[in-house]
Amino acid sequence: MPTISSEEIERALDAWGAQLVQKMSARDDEQWAIVGIVSHGDVLARRLVQKIEKAGHKALYGAIDITLYRDDLDLRGKRPALRSSHLPFSTDDLTLVLVDDVLSTGRTARAALEVLWEYGRPARVEFHCLTDRGGRQLPIHPDYVAFDLSASQTDKVQVRLNEIDGAEDITY
Amino acid sequence: MNPRKDLITIGALSDEDIRTILESTSAMKDIFTKSVKKVPALKGKSVLTLFYEPSTRTRSSFEVAAHRLSADVTTFTVSTSSVVKGESVHDTIDTLMSMKMDYIIVRHKNSGIPAVIARHCKAAVINAGDGSHAHPSQAFLDAFTIKEKYGEVAGKRVVIIGDILHSRVARSTSTILRRLGAEVAYMGPGPLVPPQQHTGIARFTNWDQIFEWKPDVIYLLRVQNERIDTPFFPAADYHQAFGVTEERLKRIDDLNMSIMHPGPVNRGVEICDAAMEYRNCLINNQVENGIAARMSILYHLTPQTQCHD
Repeated sequence: MPTISSEEIERALDAWGAQLVQKMSARDDEQWAIVGIVSHGDVLARRLVQKIEKAGHKALYGAIDITLYRDDLDLRGKRPALRSSHLPFSTDDLTLVLVDDVLSTGRTARAALEVLWEYGRPARVEFHCLTDRGGRQLPIHPDYVAFDLSASQTDKVQVRLNEIDGAEDITY
Repeated sequence: MNPRKDLITIGALSDEDIRTILESTSAMKDIFTKSVKKVPALKGKSVLTLFYEPSTRTRSSFEVAAHRLSADVTTFTVSTSSVVKGESVHDTIDTLMSMKMDYIIVRHKNSGIPAVIARHCKAAVINAGDGSHAHPSQAFLDAFTIKEKYGEVAGKRVVIIGDILHSRVARSTSTILRRLGAEVAYMGPGPLVPPQQHTGIARFTNWDQIFEWKPDVIYLLRVQNERIDTPFFPAADYHQAFGVTEERLKRIDDLNMSIMHPGPVNRGVEICDAAMEYRNCLINNQVENGIAARMSILYHLTPQTQCHD
């Protein structure tokens, strides 16, 4: 199975952070928040916020668990575990960057949008992801993809991040 | 947690079930901070509250919990005078089956009724208190409140004070706390506290023993009015003998103990006015956590009404 190393992930995050900083400089009248989808998107969002702050800009950090908004709760015999959300601000008038590790069907992104609207009315939302493995079932188009794996026809992308998994790589 | 239809007792749950429900309770509490205090998890599901015994707090707590999960709630009030016989319960079950409810929350003065309903219904049945048997949702909110205050339940000492013998709260709460590694002791009027050899739980007879044991939590049970002035409960003496008096409150404060109570409280009987304002009085936390714990319970149970084949 092909693997993307931790060094490559780190370089990709640098480029990702730089691109965000560039966007923020161009739109410095907007208040930005980087919101990750638990359980890997939140780790990526935190790292991106650190990079943004290092570059002298400011962005709020948030994490959301979308489990209770899934569209397949009834189709599973077992209820998935819940994790804590952390969004200690209203999303009113913010520019939100939603961050996830793997984009595929788009169902998670749909649920995440529903969550964000329950915390207020954001001015604008972008969707950024670490990997895109294709297989979209909804009209969801990412604004930024670090690793586009959609051509690899893979049905399984595994992202490991140090903070959660004690190791870091992407296999697909 | 493996699919489970009903919640009747704590004893029937696995360690994993208990852990999962407690962990999700914390995530449910996050919902209260949103501007929309609701999630769509149980959208389109119907919840029935079936209370054969009066209750305001538990029922409204379940109703708020169901609403916050976007379920539709129907209140089925059973007058205490018209039905309490076994046959009537079976008739009620037939009615409920026809109403195609997904969740049924039952309180009954007789132990075992929720289990009977659970066996005959496809709906998920939650025991909201049956006789002196069990009150598992109270146990979850109590365990969560202690976990929230101290970070963990394991290793904490909790003394439960009052009429232990007739208390479903004492039974369920002590069961869950011990499963989670807490030490539990009982204290109350002699005839109303089961002996240690029956329960494995230490039995104190007075406050001096409690202060010597140094529990983290003083858990007061409600003195049930119908038992007041029987030979077991001389009303005037209860406060002096077993209640949190102002004098005892000072020691509780010095020792930094918490006070809990399932409500509603009888001021001047099990607790003095000042204790309600005490900095470590967790009674209001219990009410708030009750909603989150019941949301977690509703979420994790899986009715058999959702068949797609």
